[in-house]
Amino acid sequence: MLSYATRRVLMLIPVLFGMSLIVFSIIRLIPGDPAQTILGTKATQEAIQSLHHALGLDKPWFVQYVSYLKDLLTGDFGTSIRTNAPISQEIWPHLAATMELSFVAMIIAIFFGINAGIISAWKQNSIFDFTAMVIALIGVSMPVFWLGLLEQWGFSLELHWLPSIGRDNIRNAVNPITHFFLIDTLLQGRFDQFWVVIKHLILPSVALATIPMAIIARMTRSSMLEVMRSDYIRTARAKGQRMFWIVYKHSLKNAFIPILTVIGLQTGLLLGGAILTETIFGWPGIGRYVYNAIQYRDYPVIQSGILVIAFFFVMINLIVDILYAVFDPRIKYR
Amino acid sequence: MKKILLMALSIVFILSIALTGCSSNESSSGSGGSKKQTTLVFGRGADSTSLDPAVVTDGESFKVTKNIYDTLVEYKGQTTDVGPGLAESWDISDDGLTYTFHLRDGVKFHDGTDFNAKAVVFNFDRWMTGKKSGKFAYYPSMFGGFKGDKGHIIESVTAKDDSTVVFKLKRPSAPFLKDLAMSPFAIASPTAVKKYGKDYGRKAAVGTGPFKFKDWKSKDTITLVKNDDYWRKGQPKLNKVIFKVIPDNTARLNALKNGEIDLMDGVNPSDIESLKNNKDLELFYRPPMNVGYLGFNVEKEPFNKKKVRQALNHAINKKALIDSFFAGAGEPAKNPMPSNIAGYNDDIKPYDFDLKKAKKLLAEAGYPNGFKTELWTMPNPRPYMPAPQKIAEAIQANFKKIGVDAKIVTMEWSTYLEKVSKGESPMFLLGWTGDNGDADNFLYTLLDKDAIGSNNYSRYANDKVHELLIKAQSETDENKRNELYKKAQVIIHEDAPWVPLVHSKPALVGKKSIEGFKPHPTGSDKLNTVYFK
Repeated sequence: MLSYATRRVLMLIPVLFGMSLIVFSIIRLIPGDPAQTILGTKATQEAIQSLHHALGLDKPWFVQYVSYLKDLLTGDFGTSIRTNAPISQEIWPHLAATMELSFVAMIIAIFFGINAGIISAWKQNSIFDFTAMVIALIGVSMPVFWLGLLEQWGFSLELHWLPSIGRDNIRNAVNPITHFFLIDTLLQGRFDQFWVVIKHLILPSVALATIPMAIIARMTRSSMLEVMRSDYIRTARAKGQRMFWIVYKHSLKNAFIPILTVIGLQTGLLLGGAILTETIFGWPGIGRYVYNAIQYRDYPVIQSGILVIAFFFVMINLIVDILYAVFDPRIKYR
Repeated sequence: MKKILLMALSIVFILSIALTGCSSNESSSGSGGSKKQTTLVFGRGADSTSLDPAVVTDGESFKVTKNIYDTLVEYKGQTTDVGPGLAESWDISDDGLTYTFHLRDGVKFHDGTDFNAKAVVFNFDRWMTGKKSGKFAYYPSMFGGFKGDKGHIIESVTAKDDSTVVFKLKRPSAPFLKDLAMSPFAIASPTAVKKYGKDYGRKAAVGTGPFKFKDWKSKDTITLVKNDDYWRKGQPKLNKVIFKVIPDNTARLNALKNGEIDLMDGVNPSDIESLKNNKDLELFYRPPMNVGYLGFNVEKEPFNKKKVRQALNHAINKKALIDSFFAGAGEPAKNPMPSNIAGYNDDIKPYDFDLKKAKKLLAEAGYPNGFKTELWTMPNPRPYMPAPQKIAEAIQANFKKIGVDAKIVTMEWSTYLEKVSKGESPMFLLGWTGDNGDADNFLYTLLDKDAIGSNNYSRYANDKVHELLIKAQSETDENKRNELYKKAQVIIHEDAPWVPLVHSKPALVGKKSIEGFKPHPTGSDKLNTVYFK
């Protein structure tokens, strides 16, 4: 097991190396010039050239790549061309913001998705099954930005229950320590703020949760249906075991592997893919951070941002692979 | 396993309750309650780049820096006329080459150091010797280059005594005072600039303005607090200003309606009508200092023919465009600059919307059946054009009526700019927001032959216009200067390198209780007079 994990972590090196090379060359192939976006439409050619020189953009691209790799190996993510800030410092608050949001969204998605899937399978072809699957279908196909605006309209403007944007009360902001606001407020003992942060999390995380929730529900249903037709379940039923235990204990455990795969993939996707939700809810997350960098051709930020997202994507999948063995003892890693 | 988890959770819970005991007294502050509101939250679409105004060109940065810093001279009220700022008064020599500024006494930077003539000299030295760093964008474009460059108009900046600064120019420059009032030429604390070096503008921003920089959460909020020692007595009236980024226009409006923010820009034109009837909110219109236009590449067939360009000028219904896509918040344009700028020629008769005339002109130019072409449009809204895609479609429909078949082409913004500036598009939508409120900043910058390759995207070159514009640059007599610009506009109108479409008046919306907010045409507002009723 341990050697397997080590091997997988080592595999990260070529993966990330390849990623960096692809990202590096693609962003230099697309038209657009960072110096132009920094200096604006009013800049002179001369000014643009001297900024190119100052930023090292006039060097051959492989020279730029090698120096970027060198910095990366020493743990230096580079400096944003636009804001001049070290990326390693700048990126963390954004990453933490997205992680917190994705984490809560996945909890919602997993809890409701799995339960809806299970009950649908258990009561196959019932009204509940039918309704749940239709809702799931809508959930998959609903545009997130539309749902987000609808939520804001309903729960903020009409009912005044929940705040419409941001991570905390703008006028009484959370003092960041780890940048996970749920943790920070608890560490500072600010229960009032903890509650405010939760209220801010509800709308965006529900919007973000819809798609994974629907996918998980559908996957759970089909996987459960298969398991529930197997012999050992029939035996358990014949023995007169309570249906609840059969479903939640015996069936779910065996049906869980494909569900876990979907959960892993969806979690990874949320890290970079929460951008629409982040835009609608004014959430200062990593998706928007990288997206803005693309608009301004802030090469170092795009490179390092995508690399960080890729790293977490691969890590999440590694964790999922290891969890397979926990849920299914037949799976062994050597 | 479960037991351990449960225990851990309970420990966290108990610990946090214990901690609450120590710090719960803070929690009630901030929410305000019935007391008069003194914090203003300004919602906007994007974050600032840097809070060092000398190195940025984006409006989102100036919106903030205008409140941290002051300039030597300032724009008065909602105009671009120049009045006293950090300089109480000034004298101009008869030859227009020497400007002597008398500075205000007793002004201090936010870090406690003195504002004086030396500080002014330090700032100008920093900008004019900054060629190598390549980061001072506005300085060379407004003052003709850096120190040592041929076009650089400033000979020297010297401190005569503590409160007198003398500028010597190489040649007279009519827009000079207006240039000095621009946000990028705000005076920063020399001590702070030296202390923070590369981090200046990000970790620190120190000026003499009404508000002091407190903190900056990237892509989220920038917080400013009141400067108690501001030199305008009794101001600012607010204790705190927070700039909050909410990228989506509709979501931002939702946040305003829900009371999470107090004031915002970037209102969707389609929302304006419903906002007019909203009892709790008030609309503010920013006076126009911009132009949105349809440009022709005059080097390309068939736009190299004047009659074709004039024909298309007759084929666009500007009023309908403004009513449908600007919600009426705009003035139809007939010149390349808005009417509130000195030198505007109001005698020019606009090309009226007349399809028959258009067809006739096309036939005279040799295209009785029209032609096929491309119409390039911007991918995202700009201040001078809130819905470029739809405007392009409307223009396309107008052109179709005279047989001109235009295919709409669009691409991502920085690609778009690059390709248009290289002259790759035959016909394109673009616009311009003025910098200093001077005619030179529109006519010379956008349509002089010197500007081909930079902002003259039409690649329009007319020697007579060039002569007039160059002469106007050094003409210090205001009336004579305005005459020169009026003449230039007549020629430009006749040559028709563009269809000037609209001068938009961007709308802002805020709580009804906001008083003293007067949006400035430059797009950035000093909030020192704003308060809540």
